[in-house]
Amino acid sequence: MYEPIIGLEIHVELKTKSKMFCGCKNDPFHAPNPNIYTCPVCLGLPGALLVPNKKAVEWAIMLGLALGCDIAEVSKFDRKHYFYPDLPKGYQISQYDQPLAIGGRLGDVRIRRVHLEEDTGKLYHQKVDGKPATLIDFNRSGVPLVEIVTEPDIRNGEEATVFLKKLHQIIRYLDISDADMEKGSMRLEPNISVRRGVRPLGNSRSDPDGGELPTYKVEVKNINSFKFVRRAIEYEVNRHIAILEKGATPPQETRGWDEDKGVTYTQRRKEEAEDYRYFPEPDVPPMRFSRHQISDVRSKIGEMPEEKKERFMKKYGLSDYDAELLTESRGMADFFEACIKEKTLTPKTIANWVINKKVDPKSIKPEALVFEILKATTVEAVPEETIGQAIDAVISANAKAVADFKAGKEQSFMFLFGQVLKQLQGKGDKQKIQTVLRKKLTE
Amino acid sequence: MKTKLNTLTLVKAIELLKNKEIALDELYNDTEEAVSAKNPELNIYLKINEQAREDAKRQEAFPLAGLPIAVKDNFLTVGLETTAAANVLQGYMPQYESTVTKKLKGAGGVILGKTNMDAWAHGSSTETSDFGPTKNPRNPAHLPGGSSGGSAAAVAADMCLAALGTETAGSIRQPAAWCGVVGMKPTYGRVSRYGVVAMGSSLDSPGPLGKTVEDCALLFTHIAGRDEHDATTNLQPVPDVLKTLKTGIKGLRVGICYLDHPNIKGTVVDRSVRDAANVLERLGAHVTDVPLSDQLEKGKILKHDYAIGVYTVVQRSEVSSNLARYDGIRYGNNRGAFGEEAKRRIMLGTFTLTKGYADKYYIRAQQVRSLYIQNFQELFKTFDILISSPSPSYALPIGAAGGDPMFGELQDMLVEPSSLAGLPGISVPCYRDPQTNLYLGLNIMADHWQEEKIFRAAYAYEQVAEWNSWKNP
Repeated sequence: MYEPIIGLEIHVELKTKSKMFCGCKNDPFHAPNPNIYTCPVCLGLPGALLVPNKKAVEWAIMLGLALGCDIAEVSKFDRKHYFYPDLPKGYQISQYDQPLAIGGRLGDVRIRRVHLEEDTGKLYHQKVDGKPATLIDFNRSGVPLVEIVTEPDIRNGEEATVFLKKLHQIIRYLDISDADMEKGSMRLEPNISVRRGVRPLGNSRSDPDGGELPTYKVEVKNINSFKFVRRAIEYEVNRHIAILEKGATPPQETRGWDEDKGVTYTQRRKEEAEDYRYFPEPDVPPMRFSRHQISDVRSKIGEMPEEKKERFMKKYGLSDYDAELLTESRGMADFFEACIKEKTLTPKTIANWVINKKVDPKSIKPEALVFEILKATTVEAVPEETIGQAIDAVISANAKAVADFKAGKEQSFMFLFGQVLKQLQGKGDKQKIQTVLRKKLTE
Repeated sequence: MKTKLNTLTLVKAIELLKNKEIALDELYNDTEEAVSAKNPELNIYLKINEQAREDAKRQEAFPLAGLPIAVKDNFLTVGLETTAAANVLQGYMPQYESTVTKKLKGAGGVILGKTNMDAWAHGSSTETSDFGPTKNPRNPAHLPGGSSGGSAAAVAADMCLAALGTETAGSIRQPAAWCGVVGMKPTYGRVSRYGVVAMGSSLDSPGPLGKTVEDCALLFTHIAGRDEHDATTNLQPVPDVLKTLKTGIKGLRVGICYLDHPNIKGTVVDRSVRDAANVLERLGAHVTDVPLSDQLEKGKILKHDYAIGVYTVVQRSEVSSNLARYDGIRYGNNRGAFGEEAKRRIMLGTFTLTKGYADKYYIRAQQVRSLYIQNFQELFKTFDILISSPSPSYALPIGAAGGDPMFGELQDMLVEPSSLAGLPGISVPCYRDPQTNLYLGLNIMADHWQEEKIFRAAYAYEQVAEWNSWKNP
């Protein structure tokens, strides 16, 4: 009886125009060349200082609020020291004991904290003049990163994926990041331990502190998609259980995910947490937020996915399933409502069409889609006179069927109706045709 | 004999140039002559700006009239090697200009050269420079003080018309006192640190050194002010210190402090400050003694002894962090080139931030720091300025630092409390020993943003005292 205790650490690159502490362009992924979006600050030149990006702070607070966190009245930056060639100052500016937001929740998973920090440069290992070398690109150095840390409330790979999809959706709704794992604007690391279960596996969420705390934890890096998160967690949990069965404890370490082989491998042993010698960043005064400022930021959040889904179900009479699909992204939801605003079709009609035909909101304007639907489903109007003429013609040409109908044969009616439709080439209001035909037959 | 134009004060030179009584070219002749004659022996300039005269021609119409200014080698200057007197940065050509030198140039100042300093500003003697010590122009067997020793000496030797330095705790005022010149430390946050090689980030204050108080006041007005590149600079409007400079000190409330310390009491340092206090009183100020106390007590000043420990821990923690970027990967030479003093400070600072020790040392030091801040806040309710000495002695002989790791901190103990609190101060010469030709300085301190008061008091004193060698040649 084993119980996985899993927490997630997620880093999201904010898509502010400029970097976290300088005015350099924030667009590392699309930069045509290395080291073109750099300045003394993000290169860590002697004498460089920093000025925080207000928008980044605002967006981090927004995310904290959207995740139900409390926003700190006073917050500050701290220096986190370690050596690595992609870290130009020899320290990363992050937040230690006074993060911007703490104590939220997303679904069943509690959020421990949300804080702001700067990204590092990127290393490229390649051959230069035939010799192995490492090249450093600082375009990414100083890009604002929001770090989200969850409590270890996750119990398996599936739950992790569900959580991540919800988080991803919120981030896209807020429009603060592309959160694209392939482009590196969203990165994540699960922290995994396993312990002897307090309750049988599969039961409702147990408090990680409700039993013996695991004495170790393993961090897994290099996971590049949601589906790999599930696989990596499953692999790890099984690996831990196998070790625990033998009466041993898995070593505390950082492991990397090998997506080709579907396994994790040792990267770095860490007996205890690394000492980053945190101290308050003296070059940036602490930040103080008034209630007014925070409610200002809150008002910029707009409707979040859960709210919107509920509203769609209520207002437009949609099913849970349909509402979920239509609120998957803000773009889709806004598009859907724009179509409704045309006041030509019912929400249900639009919903069915959009969902079944898998319409891409980016490929067509709302008015154009409405027109397309109309064209395809509306019956071309036929004047009453023409209908009357067609019916008269059919009645004259089919005396036996008319007599059969009058004698009580209902099938004859269907036959005559079919003939009328043929005559009218399928056009005309079918309901109307039937009514008029029946009337004329019984006259 | 014709006056050598390099011996003029900044203000006088500007006036004479304006009235076309002297020519800029002649002034540069005289200055360059002095530099060639004395620099080899005194080792004041690490680098001379070959373009100085050319630059000067373009600057004549501006307030500082193209006059030659000496700049401490920790200010990044494009086109001029910047080393902070350290081997790690030997050969470093900056990719950008510091805000302060940019402002200096914008005001018409010309950088004559980069002056020697303690390497990385780690010291109070200029002996820890990786490029040899500077000698005190007043008496070359003695040290000029530090870390802005080169800048103070350049002024004293008339090898410039004024200079720029930086102070973390005493690094402008102490060398100014030892070299018999005026040196001023603005309030922390008054002058931008952008482009200055960082030492103690929560303490560093760039400031002017000059032959007279007025010269320093003039330079101050051109370099002070909020900088969008430095988040620690303040929106406080810069006071027009020149406007009130000569309006006297009637009714000014003055407190004398730190003189009852056993190391100072009864010494020539004690007497020189008391004599200065008497002068201030004759000029209309109200002077009171502020006794030392080992606790926070109303009307008393907290003993500076604790400040030594606080300052050492805070400064070295910040230093160890600020030097982390010099890994030799993007610029500079590799870490093997760090001098002994730098290595010591890195080691100590790393230790005091280490998990398990940070609470005991760094955090504790910051907490005691706030006691000093509180103490000054209380004192400045009843006093306009506080006076003392910036140094416990005359300029010490060459070799006195002798690798003593605590030399700097002990030398600066009288200014550490107010520096920890971010307060402004100025040192003006207040005594000269006729035998040794060595000077003592008067340290005038005021509350945050009150530079106006310290300039006014310093000027009033300087005008009637006999210690300024340019006012009374």
